[in-house]
Amino acid sequence: MADEVVLLDFWPSMFGMRVRIALAEKGIKYEYKEEDLRNKSPLLLEMSPIHKKIPVFIHNGKPVCESLIIVQYIDDVWKDKCPLLPTDPYQRAHSRFWADFVDKKVYEVSRKVWATNGEEKKAGKKEFIEIFKILEGELGDKPYYGGETFGFVDLSLIPFYSWFYAIETLGEFNLEAECPKIVAWAKRCLQKETVAKTLPDQKKVYEFVGQMRKRFGLE
Amino acid sequence: MAKNDVKLLGVWASPFVMRARISLSIKSVNYEFLEETVGSKSELLLQSNPVHKKVPVLIHGDKPICESLVIVQYIDEVWTSGPSILSTDHYDRAIQRFWAAYLDDKWFPAMRRIRGAQGEERQELVDQVVEGLALLEEAFGKYSKGKAFFGGDQIGFIDIAFGSLLGWLRVTEKLGEVKLLDEAKTPGLVKWAESFCADAAVKSVMPETEKLIEFSKLLMAKMKGAPPPKN
Repeated sequence: MADEVVLLDFWPSMFGMRVRIALAEKGIKYEYKEEDLRNKSPLLLEMSPIHKKIPVFIHNGKPVCESLIIVQYIDDVWKDKCPLLPTDPYQRAHSRFWADFVDKKVYEVSRKVWATNGEEKKAGKKEFIEIFKILEGELGDKPYYGGETFGFVDLSLIPFYSWFYAIETLGEFNLEAECPKIVAWAKRCLQKETVAKTLPDQKKVYEFVGQMRKRFGLE
Repeated sequence: MAKNDVKLLGVWASPFVMRARISLSIKSVNYEFLEETVGSKSELLLQSNPVHKKVPVLIHGDKPICESLVIVQYIDEVWTSGPSILSTDHYDRAIQRFWAAYLDDKWFPAMRRIRGAQGEERQELVDQVVEGLALLEEAFGKYSKGKAFFGGDQIGFIDIAFGSLLGWLRVTEKLGEVKLLDEAKTPGLVKWAESFCADAAVKSVMPETEKLIEFSKLLMAKMKGAPPPKN
């Protein structure tokens, strides 16, 4: 029986990218539907009535929302190929903890740089670097957060790489100088076809951020 | 397994700590409860949770696990001989995680802010919380399938995530002088709350509302800079 898989998404969304990478890793064929977030489709509103947000993963008509929940669902259902979470319960808990940290901290702190000006932006930049130093500490000398292989935490964080150019340019700093291991890790992840093909071009994202900033009256 | 193989760092008033305790109870796991002093953080806590420096922290052997929902899932995955907390069905598991995340990311933060808010902001928060309860009532109807809990016959992931917040819900209602959980609007949830609080795994770890009220008053006073009331 062929699975019907649909993904409602928005191209610059780091959260959507997580799901796209997971699907690519598992080799799952799916229908990609680009949403206009200023004019949400009836399907999106039906499938994500509470949050009305992308990504929404629809498997044989049944919706799953929230990117990390979607990724775990994909990992559970298509468990025979490229496991994203480890099998050991402690390692799984460790992965979930760090993916949760990324969720709680990285988006907010990124926003504090790209969606602000002046003193607020300065403070945001400081926080951003602090958060990434913590993430760098956790990575240590491992090639990936998952150890020898790309895993759940890597997947939860790597989409933010596509926003680095925008954040560095607006924040006026160089992430490689501040957190060299993070940038090395990101480049390592980008050697994976699934990641390279999924992540949008950094300049495109920078343009998009510029448009958002104009809309917010920041430029 | 030796009792001191499993330790839980926590505080009695924390709903997040309660989640871990209920889960350990469901699995009949013996553990040592290490109560943190409110207002200070022990060396053990700072070492085991250097990132957030918060309770609960489960220490299994010498391995720390942090974040309540991560802990609950860990407990479920390690002690497999006890009843399951998460569903074995992949889709149902995704739904359970969704509601737990909704409670933690949206519902509880809104509820916590009610007491400190005023005027229009307060009303908006109350409306959000009441709307959330209506959604949860609908979810309860769907997932319980006529049984006592979101998890069916037994307490499951959503029951634990939501039920642990009941104590603070009652504190907000009492001190905030607002009715949130209303039998007229959400009868299913009202009945569920009774069943939840009466459950063996919950009873011994659910703090008394009166004690929580006193604790909350202390906290509010501290935040406002007033001297704490004499015990």
